[in-house]
Amino acid sequence: MAPPVLKVDNLTVEFPGRRGTLRAVDDISFRIDAGEVLGVVGESGAGKSMTGTAVIGLLEPPGRIADGRVELEGQRIDNLPHEKMRRLRGDRIGMIFQDPLTSLNPLYTVGFHLTETIRTHTDRTEAQARKRAIELLSEVGIPAPEQRIDQYPHHFSGGMRQRVVIALALCAEPRLVIADEPTTALDVSIQAQIIQLLKRLCRDHGTSVMLITHDMGVIAETADRVAVMYAGRIVEVGPVREVVQNAKHPYTEGLMGAIPKIGGRTEDLVQIRGTMPRLSQIPSGCAFHPRCPKAFDRCRRERPDLIQVGQSRAACWLHAPEHAGTGASGDGHG
Amino acid sequence: MAERPLLQVRDLAKTFDVSPPLLNRLLQGQPQAFVQAIDDVGFDIPRGTTFSLVGESGSGKSTVARVVVGLYRPTRGSVTFDGTDLASIRSRRQMAPLRRRWAMIFQDPYASLNPRWRVRTIIAEPIRVHGLSSGESETRKRVGELLELVGLSAADGEKFPHEFSGGQRQRISIARALASEPDFLVCDEPTSALDVSVQAQILNLMKRLQRELGLTYLFISHDLAVVYHISDYVGVMYLGRLVEWAPARELFTRPQHPYTRMLLEAIPDLEMSGRARTPVGGEVPSPIDPPSGCHFHPRCPFADGDRCQREVPATLDIDGGGQVRCHAVAEGRMPPADVHTRGA
Repeated sequence: MAPPVLKVDNLTVEFPGRRGTLRAVDDISFRIDAGEVLGVVGESGAGKSMTGTAVIGLLEPPGRIADGRVELEGQRIDNLPHEKMRRLRGDRIGMIFQDPLTSLNPLYTVGFHLTETIRTHTDRTEAQARKRAIELLSEVGIPAPEQRIDQYPHHFSGGMRQRVVIALALCAEPRLVIADEPTTALDVSIQAQIIQLLKRLCRDHGTSVMLITHDMGVIAETADRVAVMYAGRIVEVGPVREVVQNAKHPYTEGLMGAIPKIGGRTEDLVQIRGTMPRLSQIPSGCAFHPRCPKAFDRCRRERPDLIQVGQSRAACWLHAPEHAGTGASGDGHG
Repeated sequence: MAERPLLQVRDLAKTFDVSPPLLNRLLQGQPQAFVQAIDDVGFDIPRGTTFSLVGESGSGKSTVARVVVGLYRPTRGSVTFDGTDLASIRSRRQMAPLRRRWAMIFQDPYASLNPRWRVRTIIAEPIRVHGLSSGESETRKRVGELLELVGLSAADGEKFPHEFSGGQRQRISIARALASEPDFLVCDEPTSALDVSVQAQILNLMKRLQRELGLTYLFISHDLAVVYHISDYVGVMYLGRLVEWAPARELFTRPQHPYTRMLLEAIPDLEMSGRARTPVGGEVPSPIDPPSGCHFHPRCPFADGDRCQREVPATLDIDGGGQVRCHAVAEGRMPPADVHTRGA
């Protein structure tokens, strides 16, 4: 069997500082298969963007991968030298960031961005690269690409810029695209357009996607599987339908309940009490226990690993075999 | 509706001059340019209810909020607060007793609190400005009460804003807004900078405060789900015009205007019913040079190619107590709304 497109094992990202080392990503493992869209969801500070950044080797010093390994199609990439990693980005891994304005250089035309990237990663001539760039622009739905190619980023609207960024990410037909909040800066009507585009392109090209977002709605529509992150760890991972409709971890449950829904009753929303802990004050045991309505003794002492529950896996002691069925008895203690 | 609405907005318009500098105009012959940020907007907010304005970037919803609280002077039209036409007020002295009765909550809880002031000073400012307390100890007591009202502790008053998370800062903003004992709050995207679990806390807090204090809200948001959750009435804005408003349930179950329908179609489907999201075609045109007639006609699947292009639609009353501005609705050309009967 072919190796997964991306395989991450026990990845740990640390930031050494004067007042001790902060652990932004703590021992996480996941895989993305060919053509699969993995959604990574969580609130600010959960470590989801940091995970993406670590995978593509763009951690800002002093941040570093302290442990674990990252494999792209069976090849280890977390220890590659700088230059090799630089060539790999854009070639086999494409990237889409939140703000399309900062990922394009305002001094260069859109066409220059595209042809430069195409020529860096393939052996096309200038003319061939330009032809390919026009094809790409039309593929991502930019009208009149022959004219638009010679315009500058500021001539484009937010949605159109994000289309250009997607075209850039797809220049070299990468195996994996890492999209970090690709629709967050866009209006809701444009957001729907971009999501559809991303889905269509990945289906057509068989590209795998790691979709990092805080927006459960985007995940529900786009992802095949979801990993929910909290305080640097994956607390639940499973097929999107399972996670959205039948959450196993109390955090996921709270998160889903907190989202306002149209058509539902308009009583108070489910509240998760408290806030996400700071990296310097991650609680012992399960990091979620101080906010968890179902926490019991073991949650404070021991850190749970991912436990298989139905089709999902959840890092929660409620699902440990010895607690199964009696989990609810912990309720009264909180 | 025997009772007089707390806020009445009539034919409100605001134009901004965005012309190039005079010298460029003279030397290079560049024309003057204006943005019609809001154009002929009218609605009422009954006392104790929430009226929400939704729309995409550039729709003018924040400008309405700013005109209503008096941060901008309207180019045309009137804002009547509890029976007093705000344009009729000539002096600061006349304005002061009214001014105390409304307050604003802003989107960014990082930018809206002075980082050099202690929280108790921030919250006490409206109390001092409006002379609402007889002395320092009374002010302190009141600040403590306000902090507890929004779910913080009185001791938090000694801290500085940077010691709080985004959600807690938004609570401080709310406490400050409530310090002058207002009955009307204008909330401009109060939760859009917050994580979803924190947003839920703030929305619940706002609803509780409304119940307990009888507050009236003008709520600005781009998030339709949030708006559904908090509103009694919803208005939809597009390029400066209020294209439709109706009681919330009515608007979400029987949207009339094609733009409202498109917005509702574009909402992500969390129930995963398999409903494909129909993206709205095209993009919002530039407000400097909006399309003629009905601004929405270039993107509208129901545009008839003539009247919609030429004529600005008039305001039409609709069943269920709302209003809509659309030729297709007026001429009965719209098919019945095909709304996902998602439990609504």
